[in-house]
Amino acid sequence: MKNRHLAPLVVLHLVIGAITAAVIFGIDWWPDQAAEQATRSDHLLWFLVITSGIIFTGVTSFLVYSIWRFRAAPGDEEDGPPHHGNTKLEIAWTIGPVVLLAVMAVWSSIATTRNEALASDREVIEVRAWQFAWEFTYRDAGFTTGDLVLPKDRQVELRMRSSDVIHNLWVNEFRVKQDVVPGITTRLIVDPTREGTYDLICAELCGAGHGVMRSRAIVLDQNAFEAWKRDSAAKAAAADAPAAPAPAPGN
Amino acid sequence: MATHAPTHAHTDHGHGHHAPPKPLWYWWKRAIVWTISGALAGIALVFFFRWAFGFSNLWEPESYYTAIASLAGIGFVIGIGCFDWWWAYLRGKHVDFEDHSLHGAKTWRDYLRPNTDHKVIGIQYMVAVFTFFVVGGLLAELVRLELAQPGFQIADGETYNGYFSAHATVMIFGFVIPSFAGLANYVLPVMIGAKDMAFPRLNALSFWLLLPAGAMLAIAPFVGAFSAGWTAYPPLAVQGTTGQTLFEVAVQFAGASSIATALNFLVTIMTMRAPGMTVWRMPLLVWANATTSGLVVFGTPFIAGSQFMTLFDRVVGTNFFNAANGGDVIMYQHVFWFYSHPAVYIMMLPGFGIISEVLSTFSRKPIFGYRALAFSTVAIALLGFGVWAHHMFVSGMASWLRIPMMITTIIIAVPTGVKIFSWLGTIWNGKIHLKTPMIWALGFIFTFVIGGLSGVFLGTLTTDIALTDTYFVVAHIHYVFFGGSVFTIFAGTYYWFPKMTGRMYSETLGKWHFWLTFIGFNGTFFPQHWLGAHGMPRRVADYDERFADLNLIISLFSLFMVAGTLVFFYNMIWSWRSGPKAPWNPWRGRSLEWLVSSPPSLFNFDAVPQVVGGPYQYGIPGARHAVVYAGDHLGGGELTETELRTVLVVANRTVASSSLLDQVKARAEEGYWRFTIVVPAKGDDHRAADRRLQVALAVLAEAGIDASGTVEDLGPLEAVKRILEEEPAHEVMLATLPTGQSEWMQQDMIDRVRKASGIAVTRVIVRGDDARTAVRSAAVQRIAVIANDTLGDAGLVSALQARADERPLAAVVLCPLSLDGPGWTDDADKVRDEATGRTRAVIQRLQDSGIQAHGEVIDGDPVAAAKIARSDYKVDTVLVCSYRRDSSEELLGQVRAAAGDTAVEHVVVDAEAPAAPSGA
Repeated sequence: MKNRHLAPLVVLHLVIGAITAAVIFGIDWWPDQAAEQATRSDHLLWFLVITSGIIFTGVTSFLVYSIWRFRAAPGDEEDGPPHHGNTKLEIAWTIGPVVLLAVMAVWSSIATTRNEALASDREVIEVRAWQFAWEFTYRDAGFTTGDLVLPKDRQVELRMRSSDVIHNLWVNEFRVKQDVVPGITTRLIVDPTREGTYDLICAELCGAGHGVMRSRAIVLDQNAFEAWKRDSAAKAAAADAPAAPAPAPGN
Repeated sequence: MATHAPTHAHTDHGHGHHAPPKPLWYWWKRAIVWTISGALAGIALVFFFRWAFGFSNLWEPESYYTAIASLAGIGFVIGIGCFDWWWAYLRGKHVDFEDHSLHGAKTWRDYLRPNTDHKVIGIQYMVAVFTFFVVGGLLAELVRLELAQPGFQIADGETYNGYFSAHATVMIFGFVIPSFAGLANYVLPVMIGAKDMAFPRLNALSFWLLLPAGAMLAIAPFVGAFSAGWTAYPPLAVQGTTGQTLFEVAVQFAGASSIATALNFLVTIMTMRAPGMTVWRMPLLVWANATTSGLVVFGTPFIAGSQFMTLFDRVVGTNFFNAANGGDVIMYQHVFWFYSHPAVYIMMLPGFGIISEVLSTFSRKPIFGYRALAFSTVAIALLGFGVWAHHMFVSGMASWLRIPMMITTIIIAVPTGVKIFSWLGTIWNGKIHLKTPMIWALGFIFTFVIGGLSGVFLGTLTTDIALTDTYFVVAHIHYVFFGGSVFTIFAGTYYWFPKMTGRMYSETLGKWHFWLTFIGFNGTFFPQHWLGAHGMPRRVADYDERFADLNLIISLFSLFMVAGTLVFFYNMIWSWRSGPKAPWNPWRGRSLEWLVSSPPSLFNFDAVPQVVGGPYQYGIPGARHAVVYAGDHLGGGELTETELRTVLVVANRTVASSSLLDQVKARAEEGYWRFTIVVPAKGDDHRAADRRLQVALAVLAEAGIDASGTVEDLGPLEAVKRILEEEPAHEVMLATLPTGQSEWMQQDMIDRVRKASGIAVTRVIVRGDDARTAVRSAAVQRIAVIANDTLGDAGLVSALQARADERPLAAVVLCPLSLDGPGWTDDADKVRDEATGRTRAVIQRLQDSGIQAHGEVIDGDPVAAAKIARSDYKVDTVLVCSYRRDSSEELLGQVRAAAGDTAVEHVVVDAEAPAAPSGA
C-alpha cells in the first residue's frame, strides 16, 4: 500500500523542494546587516525560512499528489475507504511541531535577551519624534541633529519620546524597531557593526505625512564619530542654535 | 434534551390568522422617516445640552456627528420594523407568540423587509456582504492605483490613509465576519435539524443593524479624515474628524449585530438540536460556529469599549488615552487586541468548518480525525485569548510580557497544524471530485499554509521586531484573510449555492473565478513578503524608488482578482435567475441540509428528524447520519427526494387552465410531490381530452415537474378508484368550474371522492374563460390562424388538430375583414356579422376538440392581421389559410414581411378536401 505511493511522492518532494529552494536561495530576501541585532535576528530568520520551506514542501507535495492520484474517474460514484483517523499520526503531528516550536521559542528568547543586553560603555542618544520629523539629541555633547549618527562597534541606547502621536523608529539594516509613545520613554538598543548610511523610517502610521517621515542613520567608525560629535558641538555652541531645524515644542 | 418549536404543517400554515402582510413601501417609508427623525433628534439633543450647560460655542461638529450617526442608525432599525413586536409586547398589547407574519419569502420584496426566516436572513446577509465586498474591493484597487508608482498619484497622504483604513474596516466588519454569519444563518439550523434559529426576531435585528454599520464605514473615508487605520490607535485616532467618528459609531452597530448573532447561534446550537444529535455527531461547521460564537460574545465588547473610550476622548473630553493628562496610550492597544486577535479566529474558525465539510464530501471519505479537528477548534479559541500582545512586541508595553505571549502565540501553530494534516489525511486515498467548492478548498490549503508559516515569523519575538509594521505583515494578513477566510467563503458560497437558491451555478465559470483569483492573489501578495523584508513600511502612499517595478507588477496582478470577481458575480446572478434546477443533494452529502429540498421548505422540517450517526460516514455500507420524516399531511414515513408523494389531479375541461397549473406548480415548489393527472372523459371526445391533457403535461414538464396523466373512459369517482388501485396517492386535487356551472359539483363529487378514496381532497376552482384561454408557456406553441372565407371549412380545423397531436398548441383566430366601402353601411354590417359568426364557430369547434383558442375580427387585410398576431399576441407561428383559387403569392409575401421573424406557413384548403400545409 505505502510502497505504491512512495516513489512518486519522493519524486514530487524533490521537484517541489527544488522549486521552494530556488525561491528561498535564488532570491535576495534579506538586505545587509549593520548591527549585531541584525545578525542574531537573521540566524533565527534563516532557521525559520528553511523550516518553513521544508514544511511547505511536505504539505504541498501531499496536496498535489492527492489531487493527481486520488481523483475520481468520471462517473465513479463510489465512496472512498472509511478511514476515520489514526491516533498515532495525530499524536505525531502534535508532538513534532511542539518540539520545533520549543526550539524557536528558546532560540528567540536567547536572541532577544542578547539583543537587549546593556553594555556599560553605551552611547546614549535622546530621540524626539513628532509629526513628521525626527530629532536626535546628544546630551553629553550638548547638541541636536536631524540625522542619527552612531559609532561603529559600540552599543547605542536610544531614549525615545514622542511629542504627539505614536511613531516607530526603524532602521531595516539593524533589524530592530521600537514604537515611540507619547507619555513614556521607550528604549532601543543597537550595536552597529558596519559603517554606512541607512534609511531611518517611521514604521507606525502617524498621519498624513507618515510616508515621508524619513531620516538617515549614519554609522561612523569610533574616531570619526567622536570627531563628528566634537565638530557638531562646536558648531552648535558657535551658532547657539541646534544643528537640525528647530522643532516645535511638544506639549 | 433538544426542544422544538411547535410543528407547523404547510396546509394549515398561512398568513391568514395574522395581520395581513404590509407592502414593501410601508417599511421603507417608515425607515426613511425614522432615520431622518433620528438624525434631527441627534442635532436637537446636542444643541439642547450645549445650550443648557452654557457652552460658548454651540457648534462642535464631532459631537453633532456622533449623535446624528448613532440616532439615525437606531432610527433606521426601528423604522424598518425590527422592534415592532417587542414594542407591542412591552406596552402590554396583545401579541401572538407564534406570529409568523414576517416569516418566509414569496417574492423578492420579502427580502427587502425585516424577515424572521433564518433562510431569508442568510440570503439577505450574503447579498449585503457581497455588496460590501465590492465596496472594499474598489477601495483596495484605489490603494493599488496609488501604489502603482512611487510619489503621489491619485491621493495625498491623508486621503490615501482613508482608503486603506476603509478597505480594512469594510472587509473585516462588513464582509468577512458577517459573511460567515450569513452562511451559518442559512445552513446551521438545518444542519442541526431545527426549524429556525432560537430567536428569529433577534436574528432579523442582527442583520438590519449591519446595514447602518456598513454604510457608515463605506462613506467614512469620503467625509473627512478617517486615517488611523482599522486599528485606530490613539492619539492619532483622536486627531481624526468625521470619518473617524463614523468608524467609531459603525463599530458599535457591527459589534451589536455580531454579539446578537453569536448569542443566537449559541442558544440555537445548545438547545435546538434534533434528537440524536449528540455533540460528537455535530458537523464540524456547527462546532466551528459554536466556538466562534463564544469568541464573539467574550471578545466583541472589548472593541466596542475601546472605540467608546476613543470616541469619548474626542467628543466628551475624557482622557483615557491622553498622555498629557494622565491617560495611557498603550492601554488602548491592549483592549483593542484583546478583541482583535480573537477576531482573527472569528474570521478563520467558521472557514475551517466549511473546509472540513467540503473536503469530506468531495473526497467521499470520512473526515480524518473528527475529534482532533473539533478539539483543535476549541483549543485555538481558548489560546486565542492569551496571545493578543504579540501585536505589541514593539509597542513599548511591559517587556516581560513579550516572551510568554510569544510562547502562547506559536503554540497556536500546533492545533492549526493538526487541522492542515487532518485535511490532508481526509483527501488521501479518497475519491476526489474537483467541483468548484473543492477547488477553492484545496487552493485554501495551499495559500493558508503560506499564511500560517509567515505567521510563525511574526509570532517569534526576534523576527517580529525585524518584520512587523512592514509589507511582510500586509502579505501575511492577506494570506490569512484572503487566502484563508475569503477562499473559504467562496468555497462555502459555491457549496451551498444550490441549497440556498434551488439552482446550480456554472462549474466552468466557477473554475475561471478560482484560477483568476488564485493567480491574481499570489501575484499580488507573495512579492509583498520581499518588499517588507527589504524595508517598505506598511501604510505609506509614497515609497522608495527601488520598490517601483515590483509595486507596478503587484498592481497589475491585482486586476486578475477584479476580473475573477466579475466572473463570480456574473455566475451568481445568472445562475440564480436561470441556472438549472438543483436537486436536493447535488453533492451526495450526508448532513441534514442535504436531506431536505433545495431550498428547504418554510420551516425546514415538517416532522422532527432523527439523527442516527455521525455526519461523515462515507464508505460505510448502510451508515446514515439522519432520517428526515414527512409531516402528517404527507402521510408520514421517511421523506426522500426520490420517493415523492403523489397528488392525484382530477380534471376534465379545466385540465389545461392556468389556475390549476399554477396551483400544481406551487405545490411542486414544496419539493415533496409528483402528480398523476386523470381526465375522466366518460361520454366526451377522448381525442379532445387527450389534447388538453398533453398541454397540461407539456407545461408541467417545462417547469421541471414530475407528472404523468391518462384519459379514462370513466366518471370521476370511478377514475379515482381505478388510479388508486394502481398507485397510492396522498391527496386528490379536484379541478372544477365554479359551483353553478359544474356538473361534478351538482353531483357532490368532492364529498363522494373523499369518502371513496379516504384521502384529503382539495378543490381548485377554475373559471370558464380560464379553462379556454391559452396557457402562457414555452412548451405550448402559439399559433395565429389568419383566415376569412376558409374559417368555416372543416379542413382548417382538422389541420390544426393534426398539428396539436404532434405538439401542444394554442390558437388565436384572426379574421381579416377587407371591406371595400364605408364601414357603416348595412352591407358592411352584414359582412362583419358573418365574419364574427364564422370566427365564433371555429373557436368553438377548436375548443370542443381540445384546442385552446380565442380570436377576433380584424378591420383590415391579412397583412394587418399578421402585424397584430406578432405584436399583440406574440405568436410563434402564423398560419395563413386560403382556398387554392384565392392563393396569391404576392399577398403571402406581404404577410411574411409584416410577420418579421415569426414563421409564416400557408395552408391551402381545397373545398371538401383535407387541408395540407405547403410552403414554410
